[in-house]
Amino acid sequence: MSEAPQMPEASAPKKTMTVSDEVAIEIEAMNKWFGAFHVLRDINLTVYRGERIVICGPSGSGKSTLIRCINALEEHQAGRIEVDGTVLSSDIKNIDTIRSEVGMVFQHFNLFPHLTILENCTLAPIWVRKTPKREAEETAMHFLTKVKIPEQAHKYPGQLSGGQQQRVAIARSLCMRPRIMLFDEPTSALDPEMIKEVLDTMVELAGEGMTMLVVTHEMGFARQVANRVIFMDQGQIVEQNEPEAFFNDPRNERTRLFLSQILGH
Amino acid sequence: MSDVHARTVAYVRESEIPPAPPPEAVGGVVKWLRDNLFSNWFNAILTLASLYAVYWVLAQSLPWILNGVWNAGSLAECREILGGTSGACWAVLSERWNQLLFGFTYPSELYWRPSLAFLLLLVCAAPVLFPALPRRMLILTALYPFVAYFLIWGGSIWTPVLTAVGFMVGYAVYSRLVTQSFAMGFLAGTVAALVFWSLQGYLVPPLSTVAPIALEAVPSRDMGGFMLNIILGTVCISLSLPIGIALALGRQSSMPIIKWISVIFIEFIRGVPLITLLFVANVVLAYFLPPQSNLDLILRVVIMITMFASAYIAEVVRGGLAALPRGQYEAADSLGLDYAQAMRLIILPQALKISIPGIVNVAVGLFKDTTLVSVISMFDLVGMIRGPILASTDWNGVYWELFGFAALLFFVVCYGISQYSQWLERQLQTDRR
Ligand SMILES: Nc1ncnc2c1ncn2[C@@H]1O[C@H](COP(=O)(O)OP(=O)(O)OP(=O)(O)O)[C@@H](O)[C@H]1O
Ligand SMILES: [Mg+2]
Repeated sequence: MSEAPQMPEASAPKKTMTVSDEVAIEIEAMNKWFGAFHVLRDINLTVYRGERIVICGPSGSGKSTLIRCINALEEHQAGRIEVDGTVLSSDIKNIDTIRSEVGMVFQHFNLFPHLTILENCTLAPIWVRKTPKREAEETAMHFLTKVKIPEQAHKYPGQLSGGQQQRVAIARSLCMRPRIMLFDEPTSALDPEMIKEVLDTMVELAGEGMTMLVVTHEMGFARQVANRVIFMDQGQIVEQNEPEAFFNDPRNERTRLFLSQILGH
Repeated sequence: MSDVHARTVAYVRESEIPPAPPPEAVGGVVKWLRDNLFSNWFNAILTLASLYAVYWVLAQSLPWILNGVWNAGSLAECREILGGTSGACWAVLSERWNQLLFGFTYPSELYWRPSLAFLLLLVCAAPVLFPALPRRMLILTALYPFVAYFLIWGGSIWTPVLTAVGFMVGYAVYSRLVTQSFAMGFLAGTVAALVFWSLQGYLVPPLSTVAPIALEAVPSRDMGGFMLNIILGTVCISLSLPIGIALALGRQSSMPIIKWISVIFIEFIRGVPLITLLFVANVVLAYFLPPQSNLDLILRVVIMITMFASAYIAEVVRGGLAALPRGQYEAADSLGLDYAQAMRLIILPQALKISIPGIVNVAVGLFKDTTLVSVISMFDLVGMIRGPILASTDWNGVYWELFGFAALLFFVVCYGISQYSQWLERQLQTDRR
């Protein structure tokens, strides 16, 4: 059982952040199948700009698939997904537009091993946004400083620790100036002492009002940062609530079982 | 800690241990010999046996090689000079040197042209082979094919110039449209270039009368010797690499038609012996083409060898693509890179790096396979040796010297390719530096 690391309560940004009425992501009656297997069943979810949503649930419940549908890494077969005012269709241009507005951080970092840290960060701005190289490098250094590893800029990903790599991955996404960030278990491939440095980065990001969807089992992070916690099981949203209520008073039997397992005894 | 571990003794460090240099490497020659060659009686026997084998081979061949005759007009003369002692007849190499390199019908006063083309090849290939050189030098590489064609085949300068212009026209159209879609840009660019090239035949004669810049033309059937192997090897390797990559990507494509065309092409070509394809190039292709088209024999052979090699390269590259974790594709996609960008910037650099040993394998094999053209009566290095030289009354019977020389030339080139590829792999190693 992994114990959630203690978060410093003082820096909790949650209560002070305001969530706007503007809709960032709208998912309506979305369904997805892998072959005959119904992975996501009738998902309805509205995310407002500035909201931080934590998604949890047992392995195989479809959390990754859900957030991967949002930037079309997976295709959904029924229902509607609207991201930042653009409806996801199968049109490639449309998909590329959404992807450049939505940052994604993966469990296994997925940095490009043949490029330096700086090149990792400047690649998409240069080629997708057509930013001049000089400017892209300045932006990259800005975000690398923000995630506290500017001195690694000219190394290759293979020379960095896991926690550093994940922070680079976050910086790489931020360099595209996304309006929404998706995180798929960003800390579950990391050693405990590295988890904190990544979570700190994410907390800071949340403090700046970034719209975030985070799949994680770090319940300390959820308590501190999330506006809403969503519990998924068997492809469905089983329960969602504000973190306080979600953790202290879970309604659904399956949620209770899950929480008792994950929070230890 | 629980007190179950009764034998655990509390310990607290109070003094720092300063770092010390590593122990001196003990050894020297004797120790190395003992460790590596004579570590036990069985290894000692193996070592002695191997040493004897090496000695025996050298004892047989060295006197023969060193005692060789370099100046003689025929094998009979060689034998006379040797007077019964064992020795090679290297004179065949010095006497037939030009034929071995250029074939027996290439005009001898024009040897400087292919030689210059070869020197330029070394210069112009450098920017592709060595990433450290300034990228601007790639212009040389791009111009090289046209210069080399002009030097080796001669004729009006307008033929290569207009061919180059055709490429530029295609590229201009491509770069106009590529912002909308890569596929559309590529197709339109190809069509534009093809249209231009089909008109080229009408443009060359008037231009040649206005500005008659030309070198004496040498027809393809006069090409021969090691020059022919180098021409075929260079052209086919440089064409089959991009075609092979395109086929490998095509095989992975989500578009069924492209996918099936690639699969059928690869599987068919890999299933047919190269020699069959060469016979097809020699004989059968002539039936299918319109009679007046008279497609150059070298061009036909180039097409066949290129198809053959690109099918193999496609499979090698496919292995490299399959070895990349899916996360790389997903990361590229999630950053908003389009297909062409993701392939060019993320996927192919990594996949090709993995594929280098396989690609080099194909390239070396291809280069050696260019000697197969000797069976369709082209006089490459091996064709020259088997045909005009060994068949001549002067040199009938000088097998060892000639084939040894051919082997040496091929070995030098192939070993060079192999060494280069290992150097390149070390250069590209970014994960452990
Ligand atoms: N490409 C695929 N093809 C077929 N089935 C898949 C595919 N990807 C995922 N699945 C299945 O879909 C279900 C949901 O997978 P998903 O990765 O979304 O789960 P998850 O909630 O993220 O689990 P975890 O906590 O283990 O990451 C699983 O049963 C998985 O086996
Ligand atoms: Mg998952």
